[in-house]
Amino acid sequence: MSVLEVEALVAGWRQPAIRPISFCLEPGEILALTGPNGAGKSTLLMALAGIGQIFSGRCVKNPKARLGFLTQARPPIAGLPLSGKELLALTQASPAGLPPWLSNCLDQRLDRLSGGQRQYLALWSVLQTPAELLFLDEPANHLDQAGIAHLRPALRQRAKAGAGILLVSHAPDFLRDCCDRAIAVEPCPCSNPRP
Amino acid sequence: MELQLELFWRPCLTGAALALLLPLLGLYLRLRGESWAALAYGQIGAAGALGALALGIPTLLGGLAASLMAAGCKPRLERWQPGAGLFPLLFLLGWSASLLLAANLPAVEGLGAALFEGQLYFVSREMLGAAFVMLALGVAYLRRTGWALLLLSLHPVLFLARGMPAWPARIGFDLLVAASLALAVMCLGVMGAFALVFIPPWLAFVLAPSWRKALFIAPLLGFLTYSLAFVLALYNDQPFGPILALTLTLTAFLLLSFGKRGTEN
Repeated sequence: MSVLEVEALVAGWRQPAIRPISFCLEPGEILALTGPNGAGKSTLLMALAGIGQIFSGRCVKNPKARLGFLTQARPPIAGLPLSGKELLALTQASPAGLPPWLSNCLDQRLDRLSGGQRQYLALWSVLQTPAELLFLDEPANHLDQAGIAHLRPALRQRAKAGAGILLVSHAPDFLRDCCDRAIAVEPCPCSNPRP
Repeated sequence: MELQLELFWRPCLTGAALALLLPLLGLYLRLRGESWAALAYGQIGAAGALGALALGIPTLLGGLAASLMAAGCKPRLERWQPGAGLFPLLFLLGWSASLLLAANLPAVEGLGAALFEGQLYFVSREMLGAAFVMLALGVAYLRRTGWALLLLSLHPVLFLARGMPAWPARIGFDLLVAASLALAVMCLGVMGAFALVFIPPWLAFVLAPSWRKALFIAPLLGFLTYSLAFVLALYNDQPFGPILALTLTLTAFLLLSFGKRGTEN
């Protein structure tokens, strides 16, 4: 059974933002949503998560599938006394599989880590949260080379473990390396995808 | 014996319960970027207490009702005018209402002065009981919902996408803060209560190496500075609110100048 089935779906905020779109996401599959800036990719993810609005069409999630969602806005951790371990515990994400340059500093406050370490840990806290369906909006944003290099096999491994992953990214190399297939999101004429 | 209870233990225990509770609430308020809510709810509570006295109903009830009403209206007010202007607006509303009531009704003038000075030494038995009930409620609530408050602040979309109800962490927390502040201003004064909500959590944010330790450091700092202020105000026969605020402010200067910043290693 598909983990997510979308049929002729039109989503947006106050008004439709995208043209009707249809696809299925199977367990273990990584599907990329592509399109230019403002096409409505993030809006579509929000609507599929039940936060944005669905105007028409059908969206069926496997009722047993738990959802993990990484948005482009990363956790606001500046000045917050929160350790890496605590961030992972909050989303019930396992630290197993973290790269050594992160697993060694999980006891430190997040705001004492480097920007790259912080970004990767925030991503990891969602990537490894117990979920069968993952929406990742620009997961490679703000990651350094080491982070991107570790993310590719980590995504594969997560999919191999049975999760269906819907991914938005503007990095063509990253999409080509990580995704099984891609589907284009087209904006609705005269639409504004912002909430 | 009864006189000793009246003069010493009743205010001492009432303040101690609040000195443990307010910094805990302040941590989560700071997390949500809402530290100024303490001032707003406190001042609205003060206005409510003065209004209640003018109407001849119990001041504690009046303060609680006004403060809870402000917290209950917060979601609607935020939808009406999103942004950071809500709490200053509520504070100014409460402040002007309090001063006008005190200026025009001689019967409430005394309470007005007490609410600004923080006359902890004259708290009633009901307030002692209410302080411990609020402490128990606050600790139980935060044990159960603290993680949700954190997750909602750090990964709000993940929280909502999981279909978890957000209202206990949103309106539930607002009501708890409003009720606690309404009670606290009647014991510690508006600024004394605000200082306890603002300063120990701020220091914990700077100094603690983890959230767990911040949950320990903030109430500990609140309790220690409160204890010192209680003794200082009692022996020097000074109003309690300003002494508490001064003790906390000096502690902040001291710890921020010489304290070790929060790193585990």
